[in-house]
Amino acid sequence: MDAIILQILNGLDKGSAYALIALGLTLIFGTLGVVNFAHGALFMIGAFCAVTLSRILNFSFETIDPTKTDFLGNPAKIKTTYVEHWFGADFGATIIDWAVPLAILFSIPIMILFGFIVERGLIKHFYKRPHADQILVTYGLAIVLQEIIKAFYGANPIPTPAPDVFKGSFDFGTLLGFEPNAIIYPYWRLVYFAFSALIISGVFAFLRFTTFGMVVRAGMADRETVGLLGLNIDKRFTFMFGLAAAVAGVAGVMYAPINSPNYHMGMDFLVLSFVVVVVGGMGSLPGAVLAGFLLGILESFASMNEVKSLIPGIDQIIIYVVAIIILLTRPRGLMGRKGVMED
Amino acid sequence: MSNSNFTRRGVIKSGAIAGAGVALPTIFTASSAAAYTNEPTGGSVTFGFNVPQTGPYADEGADELRAYELAVEHLNGNGDGGMMNTFSSKSLKGNGILGNKVEFVTGDTQTKSDAARASAKSMIEKDGAIMITGGSSSGVAVAVQGLCQEAGVIFMAGLTHSNDTTGKDKKANGFRHFFNAYMSAAALAPVLSKLYGNDRKAYHLTADYTWGWTQEESIKAASEALGWETINAVKTPLAQTDFSSYIAPVLNSGADVLVLNHYGGNMVNSLTNAVQFGLREKVVNGKNFEIVVPLFSRLMARGAGENIKGILGSTNWHWSLQDEGSKAFVKSFGTKYGFPPSQAAHTVYCQTLLYADAAERAGTFNPCGIGEALEGFEFDGLGNGKTLYRADDHQCFKDVLVVRGKENPTSEFDILEVVEVTPAEQVTYAPDHPMFAGGALGNCNPGA
Repeated sequence: MDAIILQILNGLDKGSAYALIALGLTLIFGTLGVVNFAHGALFMIGAFCAVTLSRILNFSFETIDPTKTDFLGNPAKIKTTYVEHWFGADFGATIIDWAVPLAILFSIPIMILFGFIVERGLIKHFYKRPHADQILVTYGLAIVLQEIIKAFYGANPIPTPAPDVFKGSFDFGTLLGFEPNAIIYPYWRLVYFAFSALIISGVFAFLRFTTFGMVVRAGMADRETVGLLGLNIDKRFTFMFGLAAAVAGVAGVMYAPINSPNYHMGMDFLVLSFVVVVVGGMGSLPGAVLAGFLLGILESFASMNEVKSLIPGIDQIIIYVVAIIILLTRPRGLMGRKGVMED
Repeated sequence: MSNSNFTRRGVIKSGAIAGAGVALPTIFTASSAAAYTNEPTGGSVTFGFNVPQTGPYADEGADELRAYELAVEHLNGNGDGGMMNTFSSKSLKGNGILGNKVEFVTGDTQTKSDAARASAKSMIEKDGAIMITGGSSSGVAVAVQGLCQEAGVIFMAGLTHSNDTTGKDKKANGFRHFFNAYMSAAALAPVLSKLYGNDRKAYHLTADYTWGWTQEESIKAASEALGWETINAVKTPLAQTDFSSYIAPVLNSGADVLVLNHYGGNMVNSLTNAVQFGLREKVVNGKNFEIVVPLFSRLMARGAGENIKGILGSTNWHWSLQDEGSKAFVKSFGTKYGFPPSQAAHTVYCQTLLYADAAERAGTFNPCGIGEALEGFEFDGLGNGKTLYRADDHQCFKDVLVVRGKENPTSEFDILEVVEVTPAEQVTYAPDHPMFAGGALGNCNPGA
């Protein structure tokens, strides 16, 4: 039982990442009609926003300490960060420690701006082109972006820890009557789940309860009619691209302490996220979220030794097997809309 | 009536003599120009450095290239000479090799076997590389070693740790300085016994490819010989990034040791996930839960940040060693680049010097001559103590370092501390050991 609860928690956690990326993909597809293969790269760039802010906060000056030596036997250069120098050692260290949560604020304007530039500079030229062209150009963009990141940050993963207060694990077992340490779950992963729930709710609330969101939803349903009403739907859709980029970006920022960011992390999520979108139903935001959590939980269960002993290798194919079954039984996905990607 | 001077016998004789006369220059030319593949002719000799310049191991590849450039600099008589000054063999004089200036070309393996073979082939056929060296993956090493065997050039392997490279996939033209999975396990076992005891239950997570399999096989055999019980050994996909669903079952498995047979990004992520799940703080079976990473790389370990602290593993070489060879290499590399070299840099630097020295001693670049000079060659002064290039399998036998993530690092490079230097005798195995069985060196191929 404890193993099942643990895997449900794992699934919710994985599902959070899938859902956040798939939500952004669906937003872009639903509004602009573009299949954006660069979306994983936006997630990766978000994670590197956290790395960048961490590095900015760690900018330092050097002083020579004659009592110590470096690896060559020369007097050691001691680094002191400007933040600690300006704000005092304790407060400065706290600011540096909180680099990842602070990076959320840092990343949102960067990602929105980046989204605008990509949409205006590249993607808008492919609106009327076939989906195959869109996939090719956005996939190319993803590769270019990851190579740029690699050129600046190297190929190795870069540790980007969570604040000290979130280190360690929460003992769920004792809450549920199990022995201590039977069901423990890292604090930061719980934070990630709560954060993604907040972001997903925020996006839904924005689309549901604001006039802007109403116009966007109307545009997603019938772009032409909204245009005939004299509303500039293109401008709103461009903003939605920026919003989708920001959602992917903050998802990446918060993911940085879970797995050290590397230039390839976007690609690792991209294919799975597309499966999530297809299973959820092309263009369906609730479908993307539902499928994200569903596939995340199924993937976690498939990794259990008991399951793998019954069906070896199931952990590597479960998502695709489920996708095939769902598409055979519900060709539009779980919550797909009629007419989307069916022309 | 006509009277001809031609007879049947005469025609055959004349034809044979004429044919031999016509053929003689060709045979002569062929033998002189192609005694072996890419024989140097113009006062210089070209090495092919085949390293990952893109892909997940690009940073290791970059460090390998730095070391190669340093080695070439030293061979050509520039710089401070590095480990040429401490090398027990004194054949190298800093005037190139056999009077030829050393030049090099580079290729990008991308850590993909097909790309690595293509770049090696290009360097041999287009650039005239006399020797291919490098790499940061066993799959690549085995693939390129096979190609070099066919092409008739020597392959001096870079970072490759699978038993298979000098086991079932060994080749007469291939040589490995780096240690292997069996040696890691043999070096770690006594330390594991001393620090964690002989009554332990181990859970293995293993990268699902050739290196992971041989690493798991080796460490399982070594730990079970101590009396440890293997609770489970789970293969994980090479492309896996989040290991939480593989770590979760460890929590209640009854295991008190987790062995991560992972390397590179896999290792960084699985170790980070394991620490996040509080495994280091757990007490199981009345003992502190421990994590072991059989193969450490300092460059990679950096990615795991603080999670590496206190974790045991093994490494081929470490910059903090205080023997004269290591000090000379660290000084030379550190002065040129501003940071200490990695184990990948060290092994490829050694391989370059060893090849050059073998050519000098053999008096030829012929792969068969160089092979003979390397087989059974004993040397010292290259940072690993006394070392033997065993003739039976072309594997170097030397001391192995058991290391641990440092609790209080003094710099960004000060990540690992050496716990034990396991002597070469303890990690030596018979050439026909079952873990290395199934292949044969075959004969050296000079090509051409």
